[in-house]
Amino acid sequence: MSTALLKTVSLVKSFSAAGNLFGRGGGTVHAVNDVSLEIKSGETLGIVGESGSGKSTLGRLMLRLLEPSAGRVEFDGVDLASLPRRELRRLRRRMQIVFQDPYASLNPRMRIGAIIAEGMRVHDLAPRAEVKQQVLDLMERVGLSRDVFDRYPHEFSGGQRQRVGIARALAVSPSFIVADEPVSALDVSIGAQILNLFIDLQEERKLTYAFISHDLRVIEHISHRVAVMYLGRVVELAPARSIYTSPRHPYTQALLSAVPTVEEKGRVERVVLGGEVPSPLNPPPGCAFHPRCPLAEERCRIEVPELKAQREDATHQSACHLR
Amino acid sequence: MSTWQRLRSNRLALSGGIVVALLAFVALFAPWLAPYDPGEFNAAEVLQGLSRQHPLGTDGIGRDVLSRMIYGSRISLLVGFVSVGIASFIGVTLGALAGYFRGIVDTVIMRFVDVMLTFPTFFLILAVIAYLDATIWNIMVVIGVTSWMGVCRLVRAELLSLREREFMIAAEGLGMSPLRVILRHGLPNAMAPVFVAFILGVAGAILTESALSFLGIGVQPPTPSWGNILTEGKDTLEVAWWLSVCPGLAILITVLGYNLLGEGLRDVLDPRLKSR
Amino acid sequence: MNGLLSVENLQTEFHTEEGRAVAVDGVSFTIAEGSSTALVGESGCGKSVTAMSIMRLIQSPPGYIRGGRVMFDGRDLLSLGEAEMRAVRGNDIAMIFQEPMTSLNPVLTIGYQIAEALRVHRSLGKREAWEAAVRMLELVEIPDPAERVATYPHQLSGGMRQRVMIAMALSCDPRLLIADEPTTALDVTIQAQILELMEALREKTGMALLLITHDLGVVAEHCEQVLVMYAGRVVEQGAVADVFAAPAHPYTRGLLRSLPRLGGSGKRLATIPGMVPPLDRLPSGCRFRDRCESAEAACAASDPQLQECGSGRTMACPLWCELGSLAATESRP
Repeated sequence: MSTALLKTVSLVKSFSAAGNLFGRGGGTVHAVNDVSLEIKSGETLGIVGESGSGKSTLGRLMLRLLEPSAGRVEFDGVDLASLPRRELRRLRRRMQIVFQDPYASLNPRMRIGAIIAEGMRVHDLAPRAEVKQQVLDLMERVGLSRDVFDRYPHEFSGGQRQRVGIARALAVSPSFIVADEPVSALDVSIGAQILNLFIDLQEERKLTYAFISHDLRVIEHISHRVAVMYLGRVVELAPARSIYTSPRHPYTQALLSAVPTVEEKGRVERVVLGGEVPSPLNPPPGCAFHPRCPLAEERCRIEVPELKAQREDATHQSACHLR
Repeated sequence: MSTWQRLRSNRLALSGGIVVALLAFVALFAPWLAPYDPGEFNAAEVLQGLSRQHPLGTDGIGRDVLSRMIYGSRISLLVGFVSVGIASFIGVTLGALAGYFRGIVDTVIMRFVDVMLTFPTFFLILAVIAYLDATIWNIMVVIGVTSWMGVCRLVRAELLSLREREFMIAAEGLGMSPLRVILRHGLPNAMAPVFVAFILGVAGAILTESALSFLGIGVQPPTPSWGNILTEGKDTLEVAWWLSVCPGLAILITVLGYNLLGEGLRDVLDPRLKSR
Repeated sequence: MNGLLSVENLQTEFHTEEGRAVAVDGVSFTIAEGSSTALVGESGCGKSVTAMSIMRLIQSPPGYIRGGRVMFDGRDLLSLGEAEMRAVRGNDIAMIFQEPMTSLNPVLTIGYQIAEALRVHRSLGKREAWEAAVRMLELVEIPDPAERVATYPHQLSGGMRQRVMIAMALSCDPRLLIADEPTTALDVTIQAQILELMEALREKTGMALLLITHDLGVVAEHCEQVLVMYAGRVVEQGAVADVFAAPAHPYTRGLLRSLPRLGGSGKRLATIPGMVPPLDRLPSGCRFRDRCESAEAACAASDPQLQECGSGRTMACPLWCELGSLAATESRP
């Protein structure tokens, strides 16, 4: 765990919003705004945030499934933006994505076996005769029975489809996987199985994850480090343990206290945040969190706080003028 | 319920399907079904009414109308399928490119579609046929290249929405070429509405061909086509009604059959399209 | 216990192309006046169907209520005529749903939609109803209610829409509010706001709440009683504090253990093996036995019924009931 496998440098992604019929309400949305972070080889970076925080957009930028508006992404030392299309396609083998919606993420007209095998075939990773065997092994590994090879996605439950999605990603032997809310659509007991599968696969195959979720409980279980996002920016970045034991940013604190838990003891004092996440079309000036922040001062309304290391702990970064 | 079962339980679609199947059978086995050679004339039997020898009578030079109708069905179906095939090929190709690549590709293709749509199709066909020989092949090509715009828009819209589906992104993420993503993941999921448009298009093409033949610039005699039988019939309407009624009814039933089948398929394959 | 709603042996089935699926199979429970009860379970366990059956909102076909009674205030709702039932819905029993966008009519102002219920059930005039709508918006803590009342649903955020739904539901002072996954589509900070609001309103109005959810954390923090459902049956029922402190039914225990929790950071989670069986392929005997760690031969033979297991707890597992497992606190991870 030393070198950065993936690095984003001042990454920005803006979309132009169309507005209504008369052109009103249009403008630019900075879905991801000036995000710089590193993911070390073999670690899991958890990315957590509410809707509109830009976490999914960030995940897709990391794989260059979206073109950044500014800034860059380096994978294993290579600037992804500098790669010609063909080279990029070759590199895609090493970075994969698993999606949230197990219903939308599988081609309904292809059989399970063909879905998993496709990547191997495209990249010519196995001799023709061995592809089927390798697919069957993979299916077994992710917990699918071998006799579903010729079945179609619609015959399966959400959990099983998610296993197919994972097998499809693993088929090309990637080193980095972006998992975009992979358990959010699943029931608790099934989600736990899938989460364990992710953890086991990481150990076996030395995988590096960017694990995106809105659920802090899930993020804590799987992450080594956690990035908390709010309106396109990373507001806190720290080792998982330290984010849960001593959150610095007021937003992280509120988020943690809002999570409903079954424990009575040891829970943080509930801070119910007033107001709602502002529209990303029209973010507040200064610190984007200030309208909802219980601590906000004059300075927060003007100056955008930078993500900086905490005095007492250099690995713990927070973007708050006051903390 | 499978698509097939749902189709069977839709009575209108089923009757449309039966008409379409019957016609295909007639066209396919014309030489065995027709009692006479369609070109064989007999000056002794001019404009005969319905009889045992000639169930649908004879025409102005004594040819058997039933036989000519049977052979005419071949022309109608051929024109229908080939011209719509050409239109679908162009429409699907351009629509897929526009929907998948978006941006400038999309803009160029869609503006071209807009330009094509500004021409009144039928007069465009008339103009082109006036310059080219009115062979059946020219007619099919001309109908094809002037009627692909609907399919193009349909496929583009499908691809635009499919483009956002995660399995398309996953395919791209696996490092597949755009061609493969479109052919393997995009189009197979966009074909249901195209199939419906195809069936409905056949009905339209059959009508267009009949109209052209009726105006005398379609399929040229002596090759029998429902349109040119009808032309002949209009001159002798007072003495030989069967000569215009038979092809007229045939066209009506065929077009109705294809439309019913097409509408039924639309309901069965894609309930979303119902309201369009 | 003062029973406001008592469901007795409710049975609801769906007729599909594949055959008959019994989604709710003999469910019984009682909700006391002013209490809050959670109905938890995973997708397909029948919790929503139970709620829809109480409201008699099951689409028919394919759904049919085949048996049982739903006693509300001394009347069996299942035997009421359609007109009488309409007078109950929205008036005595109100319901809110998961998706506040699709539950609101996009072309009508929210004020109109809230006022509508009042005009139907309370025969208020137009002006009065409109004013009442403004008061309702104020009650659910929507800022600037006098202006917001004339806005359309799409102009509001998800959290605000859910507040509007609550305002609509509460406009006729229902005695029971059924909330079907009311916060599932919302962000956690908004979820916290809505749940606090619902709790405050419940205290204020004295209505009873039946909260349907898959989130055990929400249950732990906001409800008094809990019913755990599995494959169309209630498998455990009791006070939230008791059940969560010492879950007795193997399914409840498994569910609680597989829950990722804050401060755990314990890497691998305990799981329940396998998955919920489809309703047309339920195992014989106990429906959970395929996935149960303490299953015995006897579990295949007889279908366990809900039975009293002391201290107000009922449960459908003779094994753990007899073992006096309620003391088995060590089952906590």
